[in-house]
Amino acid sequence: MSFVSRGFQGRRKADADAGRIPPGQHATDDFPVLSAGPTPHTSLDIWTFSILLGDEGKSWTWKEFNELPTETVTVDIHCVTRWSKLDTVWRGVSVDTLLDEVEHDAAYVLAFCDGGYTTNLPLEDVTGGKAWIAFEYDGEPLDPEHGGPARLLVPHLYFWKSAKWVRGLKLLDEDEPGFWETYGYHMYGDPWREQRYAGD
Amino acid sequence: MVVTAVTDETPRVRTLQLAVDDWPGHRAGQHVDVRLTAEDGYQAERAYSIASAPGEPPAITVERLDDGEVSPYLTEEVRTSDRFEVRGPIGGYFVWRSESSDPLLLVGGGSGVVPLRAMLRHRARSASTARARLLYSSRSLADVIYRSELEQLANGVDVVFTLTREQPPSWSGYTRRVDTELLREVAWPAEHGALAYVCGPTSFVEAVAEGLVALGYPPARVKTERFGATGGR
Amino acid sequence: MDTLDGNAIGGLLREVFAVEMTDATGVCGHCNNEAPVAECEVYLGGPGAVVRCRTCQGLLMVFVRVRGVLCVDLGGLQTLERAPSS
Repeated sequence: MSFVSRGFQGRRKADADAGRIPPGQHATDDFPVLSAGPTPHTSLDIWTFSILLGDEGKSWTWKEFNELPTETVTVDIHCVTRWSKLDTVWRGVSVDTLLDEVEHDAAYVLAFCDGGYTTNLPLEDVTGGKAWIAFEYDGEPLDPEHGGPARLLVPHLYFWKSAKWVRGLKLLDEDEPGFWETYGYHMYGDPWREQRYAGD
Repeated sequence: MVVTAVTDETPRVRTLQLAVDDWPGHRAGQHVDVRLTAEDGYQAERAYSIASAPGEPPAITVERLDDGEVSPYLTEEVRTSDRFEVRGPIGGYFVWRSESSDPLLLVGGGSGVVPLRAMLRHRARSASTARARLLYSSRSLADVIYRSELEQLANGVDVVFTLTREQPPSWSGYTRRVDTELLREVAWPAEHGALAYVCGPTSFVEAVAEGLVALGYPPARVKTERFGATGGR
Repeated sequence: MDTLDGNAIGGLLREVFAVEMTDATGVCGHCNNEAPVAECEVYLGGPGAVVRCRTCQGLLMVFVRVRGVLCVDLGGLQTLERAPSS
């Protein structure tokens, strides 16, 4: 039994451009911190990012990673918990740049992270300028709470796919469910088709 | 449930007296889950400790968080006869029973004092003879919740305040965050076999619990309830 | 970030088990640490509620509401024992 609480609105922005808000979402000015575990604190001395194909692949140290070309992008992000944040600014290395270094014909990736979090995506959703390994948010180094030193950024899908504390991408032939996908969240996660849960 | 009375405790903190259908009674230290529903169906839920003693009607004390979603509504908008959903009472671990005769140590930070106040009210109403001591950390005197009630406690209850950000000119009490040294001076010695309840922001609770264990309190005698970084849940 | 403890999911646990469970004792399946559920680490606000061992951060329980249905994974626990009723 739910009944309306007189005058309750929450902290939603009333004036957001409705065309930019996917179904079931509301705009916010906040940037909520949501996690499945404690914030890792990996020293940049030992941090690496890897693209793995079986046991092989390519790895970059933090220093090498910072020598790669970067892009600054302004994107809207949509969390499955129903908040959307418009015009967020990130700087990162395009995943295309990283995947160009490895020969493969994989169809899927599994992002893996410090702390054990994983999430899966089709290869074509992290290529063609759709995904970055982001290390700056709003002009500042990415806060550990928000995934720093670096997180995956895939804004066209629900934000649980933008894995925090990302350490690499495993290249796979088959789609393999990651952390939340294993618990019933959608394998793909398109906010515009409201693909929150498996079977949506 | 319906709000029957609203009391401002401090500039940011308000107590809501509730009348809940079929309220089964509660224990000191328990909480309720409050759920609010907007006209378009949007919902938000938060947990709030029950501020009243068993036998009294349920009441919750809410601190307004600047970036909060629910607390600004509960502390600024809600009026008597407003209704919202309440689930509870909930809790079985962070609960003090008046049958306990062991010395009681209550350590609260900010709004963490709320369930501890319920325990003290329960102690008074049940004529318990357990010695009790409350160590309460607040930013300033104006932020001390239930101040006049706490200052008037007698009958075997000590209340020690520490004001960490601002103190009145005549203040001769503690002025720093609770650390192991302060606990050594205030807490019952470990040999007294006290039962400790620690509640407040997560970092506060963890520092205090660690301090009490360092002073010799068995971990099983230190009960903790974390309210998150900003004091709300 | 607000890392909470098992007290914060007291209501959720009642929904699942129909009885009070914050004072239940869990044994971690990863490191064998024994603790009351109330003392476990809890991560809320995301797609689900995640409960971890305070000693080893191993995953103990995950709660997800899928289209209104509450789904629970207790696989990280070795055992979960209700407190004796008082």
